Amino acid sequence: MFIVKYIKEVFGGLKSLLVGMRRTGYYFTHHKEIITEQYPDNRDTLVMADRFKGEVILLHDENNEHACTGCTACELACPNATIKIVTKFDITPEGKKKKAIDKFVYHLELCTMCNLCIVACPTDAIKMAQTFEHSVFNRADLTKILNKPDSKIREGIE
Amino acid sequence: MPGLPLSWRGNEGEVMWSLTNISSAIHDWLNQTFNPTWVMVIEMVIAGIAVIGLFAVLGLVLVLMERRVAAWMQIRLGPNRVGPFGLMQSLADTLKLLVKEGMTPDGADKFLFNLAPFIAMMVAMLLMAPIAFAKGFQLWDMNIGVLYVTAISSIMVISILMAGWASNNKYSLMGAMRSGAQIVSYELSAGLSILTIVVLTGSLNITDIINAQADGWWIFKGHIPVIISFVIFIIAVTAETNRAPFDLAEAESELTAGFHTEYSGMKFALFFLAEYINVFIVCAIGATLFLGGWMPFHIGNWEAFNHVMDYIPSSVWFFGKTFFLIFVIMWFRWTFPRLRIDQLLTLEWKYLLPISMFNLLLVTALAILGWHF
Repeated sequence: MFIVKYIKEVFGGLKSLLVGMRRTGYYFTHHKEIITEQYPDNRDTLVMADRFKGEVILLHDENNEHACTGCTACELACPNATIKIVTKFDITPEGKKKKAIDKFVYHLELCTMCNLCIVACPTDAIKMAQTFEHSVFNRADLTKILNKPDSKIREGIE
Repeated sequence: MPGLPLSWRGNEGEVMWSLTNISSAIHDWLNQTFNPTWVMVIEMVIAGIAVIGLFAVLGLVLVLMERRVAAWMQIRLGPNRVGPFGLMQSLADTLKLLVKEGMTPDGADKFLFNLAPFIAMMVAMLLMAPIAFAKGFQLWDMNIGVLYVTAISSIMVISILMAGWASNNKYSLMGAMRSGAQIVSYELSAGLSILTIVVLTGSLNITDIINAQADGWWIFKGHIPVIISFVIFIIAVTAETNRAPFDLAEAESELTAGFHTEYSGMKFALFFLAEYINVFIVCAIGATLFLGGWMPFHIGNWEAFNHVMDYIPSSVWFFGKTFFLIFVIMWFRWTFPRLRIDQLLTLEWKYLLPISMFNLLLVTALAILGWHF
């Protein structure tokens, strides 16, 4: 019947609104858990979300070794030419030439943190760091060489 | 002040201080010092300054309250940097808006563009006139107070339409047109729910309406029909003041800022202030009609209880109730998503209006048969 349906709709609508108001009212009256960070004050204890993407870093282990083979998959994946890989050829003990990275150039000022390079990397050599205080006075400071001096590729990574 | 002092001595409580005493003391002193014409002029000036002062304070307080309520409902902290507990935040914002350049776009109709924010403020000021802030403390106690309020509040739409049209901007015009449709529709159910109280009281006079609630507020005395009309009133005034979930006139996500897209600086601040003042006024009207205005919480014949309640100053009661309703409206804003324009009109014309018409009939029967307390 029409009128029964109408009244049901009115009460159903009111009930759903009250459910929503109960939720926000609960948050209002239980003012303990705060989801935001008081950033400059709690710099030491700042908790970052796992999904936060700050900048691209190349992972080095304690032997100053990284996993980058110089395949340039990240460079190709990058939509705005943020990454530039300069390769060189190492001579292996067997006398064979092997491709390796000379410089992993990363332009932070161009990066949009799209994560495509991380996805493209076949050896998981790079990842997104959670740092975010990137302000500098000189624009050139934002162009970074990610591989540390004298670092070399880890054994067994092809 | 004009229409002051009103003497309604039916329920005299021994309050420590009251605004009535202050205002009548000023009135007496002025009468002894000047001749009646000058007394009138001076009292009008005082009233004007008082209203502007109240506006400024309300603007600061309500903006801060809104931001705090919003933050707490979204599990945030809200503004807490400027001054102790962030109390100076809205003052700093006002200062920023004051020193900003008030731009007028080239393509705009300059006269209307600059006039619109002042009309918005003027409407808000006019609406202050019949509100009773405390016992016997009222700018203008006219016999058609309720009608005056409903009539003046519909002028609000003119300022919004004017701003939207004069801006010469498609977003502004769309926002203004939506707002026009919205205010014209929701006025009906707001008016009908106000009428239920007029039917119960038998008077359009605000003072009479408040005095009729001396033995209990209408929301308790009027049973379920008055509660229904109170709910409808709150929904309708939320729509009339263009606040979320009915803020289609602004609709940040679709229309940038709707009718005030092109406004900046102090002209924008006037619209912003007018919105908050209007929220205060409609909540004050709601508190007056349904929750007894400045009338303390009285229960029937419980003399001792009523006497204790009378100790709380009437202005505290009035502002307490008004701010409670403002909180409810803010609660709506930070809970509900925005309606689409067709949903908005469906809600009014298919639900609120038929229900409030039927409810008015019910209340009329209630009043004639004397079934209310």
